[in-house]
Amino acid sequence: MIDSKIPDGPLADKWNTYKAKAKLVNPANRKKLTVIVVGTGLAGSSCAASLAEQGYNIQSFCFQDSPRRAHSVAAQGGVNAVKNYKNDGDSVFRMFYDTIKGGDFRSREANVYRLAECSASLIDQSVAQGVPFAREYGGYLNNRSFGGVQVSRTFYARGQTGQQLLLGAYQSLLRQVNTGKVTMHTRHEMLELVLVDGKAKGIIARNLETGAIERHAADAVVLATGGYGKVYYLSTLAMGCNSSALWRAHKKGAYMAGVSWIQFHPTCLPQHGANQSKLTLMSESLRNDGRIWVPKKVGDDRLPNSIPEEERDYYLERRYPAFGNLAPRDISSRAAKERIDSGHGAGPMKNAVYLDFSDAIAAQGKKTIEAKYSNLFAMYEKINGIDAYKEPMLISPAAHFTMGGLWVDYELMTTIPGLFALGEANFADHGANRLGANSLLQACVDGYFIAPYTIPNYLSGELNTTKVTTEHPAFAEAENSVREQLNRFLQSKGTLSTDYFHKTIGRLLYEKCGLSRSKQNLEEAIVAIKSLKASFEKDLLITGDDTLNSELEKAGRVADYIELAELMCYDALQREESCGAHFREEYQSNEGEAVRNDTDYCYVSAWEWKGIANPPELHKEPLVFENVELAVRSYK
Amino acid sequence: MKLYLKIWRQLNATSKGEMVDYEIDGVTEHMSFLEMLDLLNESLIQLKERVIEFDHDCREGICGQCGVMINGRAHGPLKHTTTCQLHMRSFKDGDTIYIEPFRATAFPVVRDLKINRTSFDSIIVAGGYIGASTGQAPEANSIPISYETVEASFDAAACIGCGACVATCKNSSAALFVGAKITHLALLPQGKIEASKRVLTMVDQMDTEGFGACSNTEACEVECPQGISVLSIAKMNYEYNKALIMKK
Repeated sequence: MIDSKIPDGPLADKWNTYKAKAKLVNPANRKKLTVIVVGTGLAGSSCAASLAEQGYNIQSFCFQDSPRRAHSVAAQGGVNAVKNYKNDGDSVFRMFYDTIKGGDFRSREANVYRLAECSASLIDQSVAQGVPFAREYGGYLNNRSFGGVQVSRTFYARGQTGQQLLLGAYQSLLRQVNTGKVTMHTRHEMLELVLVDGKAKGIIARNLETGAIERHAADAVVLATGGYGKVYYLSTLAMGCNSSALWRAHKKGAYMAGVSWIQFHPTCLPQHGANQSKLTLMSESLRNDGRIWVPKKVGDDRLPNSIPEEERDYYLERRYPAFGNLAPRDISSRAAKERIDSGHGAGPMKNAVYLDFSDAIAAQGKKTIEAKYSNLFAMYEKINGIDAYKEPMLISPAAHFTMGGLWVDYELMTTIPGLFALGEANFADHGANRLGANSLLQACVDGYFIAPYTIPNYLSGELNTTKVTTEHPAFAEAENSVREQLNRFLQSKGTLSTDYFHKTIGRLLYEKCGLSRSKQNLEEAIVAIKSLKASFEKDLLITGDDTLNSELEKAGRVADYIELAELMCYDALQREESCGAHFREEYQSNEGEAVRNDTDYCYVSAWEWKGIANPPELHKEPLVFENVELAVRSYK
Repeated sequence: MKLYLKIWRQLNATSKGEMVDYEIDGVTEHMSFLEMLDLLNESLIQLKERVIEFDHDCREGICGQCGVMINGRAHGPLKHTTTCQLHMRSFKDGDTIYIEPFRATAFPVVRDLKINRTSFDSIIVAGGYIGASTGQAPEANSIPISYETVEASFDAAACIGCGACVATCKNSSAALFVGAKITHLALLPQGKIEASKRVLTMVDQMDTEGFGACSNTEACEVECPQGISVLSIAKMNYEYNKALIMKK
């Protein structure tokens, strides 16, 4: 039985109760304790900086050449916070409710409430660090509205909110490097977790510059390694984003939860060719002014501007009049896929829908639209060579944010004692669908405000245990398994590159376990993945050696993706309902809306690894709703 | 289209590098420059050769990890564009393209087109931050900041740390990078108290890392993907001189 360790008492008091009772470590003893933090995005940097400020020793790892490059940097739109500066009725409870509803009632009440509760502090924290959030002329903070909500609570720094928040966290991190409390290991990739007596006590990392395999010991390990949407190959994620740290921890006993809940972002630039490596996100904020439509006629080949008004289908406004173009991401993405699949797709590959600004330009003037979105229009023109002030943008849904990840309890600790997972790497908070502008928030809140209480609570129990060093046999064993795998890749004498396998698994998942799923497709996918896995074992070709070698790096990541993909299909197959990002074709209403099944599936699916030859074992964490009524999620 | 590539290959920081010729066919105008390199690498793998190593990550122009000299220009022929956002429609069939790493003493080559830019981090470590500890910050609206101030601060804060400014500068100066951070933080009320200490330690570290001095040719601004203004260098000089005087 898995214990989520949610504190007793009323929802609004739970976090204060926890903080008041959490065990502390004497300041003099903190310097005796070391924490490994893998990842330097918002969750990793903020956690490492916060713990270092308290006096713990931090070993910080990232695979990029600088901690500032973590993919949090790419988030555009904004970050939610309950400040009620607009006096439009916002409150902690309302944000809690929006987030629970947005997540299709598949997230934990206590976690979500805490997210909303801590949100205001994040704005204070970031402003103190020098994050240049948008301001009103009077000098006070400005904000805007975002998909899935009816109040204005999204704070933003132009279209580069993630970048600015990350730079704030990065600077806090490097400030602690200056004090000597943080040791930075850039161009390092975690390849194995080391357990001693069942507790997380270190990692094996590969130095990506020299190829050296290194052992690092600590009293606790934090994984803040982001999401695994890149499993689809084409996604909005950075090329290096991967699932390896999570997956290696999973194979060491940490449960993975909600694995198949992967958000497809509705406003990405569509795929344009076979050699494409990624999809670029356009900020969701564009939906505040852009109207989304497709031609009414199937296979209409006319240029968008020559299609008259009455021959256009503004399908979001038609189907969801109350929220219109601001309907939540899962609903907007699915609606786009439905139109594209039924032959109304636009663009050269017929795989897109139009995002049209002509009405907004006519009503507000080009200058106003330029002031709001000029950087996005410039980016669009750079990539496509099209001026979106003159003709509509082509957009398409793309794999984006993973709601699934390592299962964690209220303390953000996995099922392995001493192993914590923060930010997108854990499954918590978002349920089956993440509302816009909540991802930066969760990553920051985990790192700045939650882990600094819960990790010391754990560490207080580690003070009097025997110190583990890298001489411990568990390190040798873990190192050997890493070396064996790397050697196996290098000695593989096949004919196919890692990218071939990555693209193949990505395409398969997109078709069978993407925006919509069915029993038949998922069962077929599991068979196909097994054969792809066998092919990977014998047909892989890696050139180069065991020193700096990006092909060798990719091989490990792709091997993990193939195994993860199989678990995603098991997870999607087992959940016989439609909820949030998970749309099972068998469970839909006559109007094509998702039909949730609260009687049988109101739980978190936490999966346990049972070895390569066995199917994973399902553990259920029942979701208890005491403060909201489970309702049909309607945006009509 | 078919292209002729001349690409810098170098084993590590201490070995001697050289330009190597490659031919590539089947490039389309929609491909990004890095996707063109992916295609080349795929063909090298099929020839059982080691791939060309280059740095990249987000491929949407914001992480700052990519960046090579293309025909002698940092990030290629377009203004204010990262290498990952450069598309092959900027080239034509039969073109010869020279591809080299960003070169500077403070940016040693790691392998091929990959370079080490840790010197940028070291400058931030020296003082490129506001000393706000986490967890107990005051209410954000307690210090209003004018719209114009925050916009000016943002213009400087947008630096992605790619190093194009250094690579394009004949002196390998990091003045634009450092000036941008100085400007970002010095404009904000939260950053003012530490402004003197910050500028002195950062400029000192910039020299220690082996970057050259700024001689105001302004090439950096031309190649900066974020279009950061050379006025931030003037701001840095102003803050530096002010700090020197105040110190005495």
